[in-house]
Amino acid sequence: MSVVAEHISEHVHRDDLGSRMGIWLFLFTELVLFGGMFLVYAVYRFTYQQEFHVAAKELNTLIGTLNTLILLTSSLTMVLAIVAIRKDNKFLSIFFQVITIFLAFGFMVNKYFEWMAKIHHGIYPGSETLLAKGNGEILFFGLYYVMTGLHGLHVLIGMVLIGVMTRFTMKGTVNSDKYIHLEAAGLYWHLVDIIWIFLFPLFYLIT
Amino acid sequence: MNEDHLQHTIEHKPTYGIYILVWLVLLMLTGVTVAVAGINFGNITVATALTIAIVKSYLVLTFFMHLKAETATFKLFVGVALLFLLISIALLFSDYSFL
Amino acid sequence: MHDKEQSVSYLDYKGKHSGIFAWILSTDHKRIGLLYLMASLLFFAVGVTFGFLMRLELIAPGRTIMDAQTYNSLFTLHGIIMIFLFVIPGLPAVFGNFFLPILIGAKDVAFPRLNLLSWWLYVLGALLAVISVFLPGGPADTGWTFYIPYSIRSTTNVMPALIAAFILGFSSILTGLNFIVTIHRMRAPGMTFFKMPLFAWSLYATAWVQILATPIIGITLLLVTIERMFGVGLFDPALGGDPVLYQHLFWIYSHPAVYIMILPAMGVVTEIIPVFSHRTIFGYKFIAFSSCAIALFGSMVWAHHMFTVGMSETAQVIFSLLTFLVAIPSAIKVFNWVATLYKGSISTDAPLLYALGFIFLFSIGGFTGLIQGALSVNMHIHDTSFIVAHFHYVMFGGTGFGIFAAMHYWFPKMFGKMYNMKTAKVGFWTLFVGFNTLYFPMFVMGWLGMPRRYFDYLPEFQIYHFISTIGSWILIVGLIIMFTNFIKALRSKTSYTNINPWSGETLEWTVPNKPPLENFEVIPTITAGPYEYKDNDEILTKEDN
Repeated sequence: MSVVAEHISEHVHRDDLGSRMGIWLFLFTELVLFGGMFLVYAVYRFTYQQEFHVAAKELNTLIGTLNTLILLTSSLTMVLAIVAIRKDNKFLSIFFQVITIFLAFGFMVNKYFEWMAKIHHGIYPGSETLLAKGNGEILFFGLYYVMTGLHGLHVLIGMVLIGVMTRFTMKGTVNSDKYIHLEAAGLYWHLVDIIWIFLFPLFYLIT
Repeated sequence: MNEDHLQHTIEHKPTYGIYILVWLVLLMLTGVTVAVAGINFGNITVATALTIAIVKSYLVLTFFMHLKAETATFKLFVGVALLFLLISIALLFSDYSFL
Repeated sequence: MHDKEQSVSYLDYKGKHSGIFAWILSTDHKRIGLLYLMASLLFFAVGVTFGFLMRLELIAPGRTIMDAQTYNSLFTLHGIIMIFLFVIPGLPAVFGNFFLPILIGAKDVAFPRLNLLSWWLYVLGALLAVISVFLPGGPADTGWTFYIPYSIRSTTNVMPALIAAFILGFSSILTGLNFIVTIHRMRAPGMTFFKMPLFAWSLYATAWVQILATPIIGITLLLVTIERMFGVGLFDPALGGDPVLYQHLFWIYSHPAVYIMILPAMGVVTEIIPVFSHRTIFGYKFIAFSSCAIALFGSMVWAHHMFTVGMSETAQVIFSLLTFLVAIPSAIKVFNWVATLYKGSISTDAPLLYALGFIFLFSIGGFTGLIQGALSVNMHIHDTSFIVAHFHYVMFGGTGFGIFAAMHYWFPKMFGKMYNMKTAKVGFWTLFVGFNTLYFPMFVMGWLGMPRRYFDYLPEFQIYHFISTIGSWILIVGLIIMFTNFIKALRSKTSYTNINPWSGETLEWTVPNKPPLENFEVIPTITAGPYEYKDNDEILTKEDN
């Protein structure tokens, strides 16, 4: 009887390494999801080199750069939140998580103004101004809206996730011994950052 | 069971310093990539931008995502995923690069 | 008292939910496996019905029982249902879920709740596919490939079908993710990678393809959805888009997808052959690695579906060459199976018959695949019923027979009942004859120029269509014999208590029929490989001396 009991407790026994493995595998699917779009981008960029250059001039490099800095910094605060919780500094961890959410929010605000400016200039899918442009430019903006849009969606999801983690940290569900959930949110957040690292030069810096 | 317990923690001593250092390097690389974007290198402009992006991703993967401290299995996994993307790009362009 | 508690079968135990919720909210891998089994068999029945109606329409040239638009919708739905709802989940989600944890000595999969979520996504996707049939606008008529530009122009319900396929993709990804972590983290003590049953190996290779290739179709279908919804220029040639690029992306997933379908079936056959010839498997490592090689090469051959779309010649040559390479690991498996049978003491029970049926039909399907992989021949038979015959030989003759083999092999373990062996054999032979009568004429008429997906045809093809339609009737009789045999067994009062009816050596044959909640009372420690029959060496040397 005691032998069985021991085995059952072993089953309940948690496996953080296994959980991390699961998260990484999930991140691969996200990576390939965006990878598919990068394939589309690569082919059209190859086909319409000149028109992509012209179209990219419409994008605001300053906002793009600012958003890059914001995301990189938010990645830092995210990883620091994990260091803090591991050092059992609950307050500091929550502080860093809140900063991360705040930075993500800043990213979205910038994105909003950037998109609104485009739409204001009449550049949006199906608009007359856009359809009057060359095929390459139509494709560029199609990809721009879809790729930054999907990336933005991931930022929003990330904000919600980190928000939940902040709550967990406050309640003590995430603590210095068991912080796998926070780590998972962190891994997700860094992947969102990596995708932006590629989106940024490919859309904003090809003028 | 003992071995499993060790695997709970990814590294033994968490420190703030290394991450701040990585962050600084990332900011610097962003500066470089924006600065050189204005210069026309011709064909290698894209290559430069992508190389810098790859270096930045490598840093994020290795340090922020703790890949450095993970077991060899994880590194192999990342390799497999990247290999898949690489094969897809290469074979796709076997169509588009030739007539 | 304690023993009693342990031996309550997975069908009978009481969890915190009752009634139907004890099933649809269960995180037990065995119950989820059964949920998948029931759902996918339901859709199989629908798919078979559609196939039957299409064949009936084609029995004579011109309109027979339906108009052309209905026919287009039928082949689209037949494809979507059979591929996404039956063949892809058929082995990994049903038998993988049920047996993978038992085969590697685990109590469940690594993430049981994720497993349940994956089933729910499957149901959601399936419901959406069903709804798309009844919404105004009519069912999608694009074929299961959703080729651009028709899929952005068609006024039928393409959108729900696209979203359904997207959701089903994620269900498949989650299953794959679960299996990889399960195999890495949950193996019983002593069970190294090379002591795992080969079905587990094939599921492992499959899972990687599921994780890496499926997101590509996900994003591609999503892009088409966005393009349809918002008019964003992505693939539409009117806006500069490239329809051939869509085809590339579609096949980057959909070709590896056929390996998602066939690999687990090969795994099942690899389980069955050594058990029914009472011999150690020949070339364990070769079979294990060939699964991985198939997964790798299978991801590199997608454009052989596109030899006539005007790709560069370089690409055509590369993809043709790679297509020939992928035949090597498949052939390695066939050789090893045959070598395992050699000098074995073979018992020709129904599971082995289905496994042998698999080898025979898969070999025909595989060889005709090579014929199509040759560039010049491909031009001749592209989009003819030769292709239809080829993939039905691989997907139905291969994976379908693999699924039936698994059903006959594991049925007593899953339900604690035994079917009538004689009827099962009659069912197999009827099915086998019907299958070949149905699909072999398609090779011939395809070679002569009968295009696929056509509702009408020239009178010269009628004899082949006629034979083929007769074949479909025989095939359906075979299916009815098989399933009534199962249903009869399930309804019979006598329970079957022999826990190892085929004298298998793998772990599932050490647990009670209808395994209890956590499978094992005590997690076993593994010391030997999965198929070590003691007298193996004696058998081999005896007759040689």
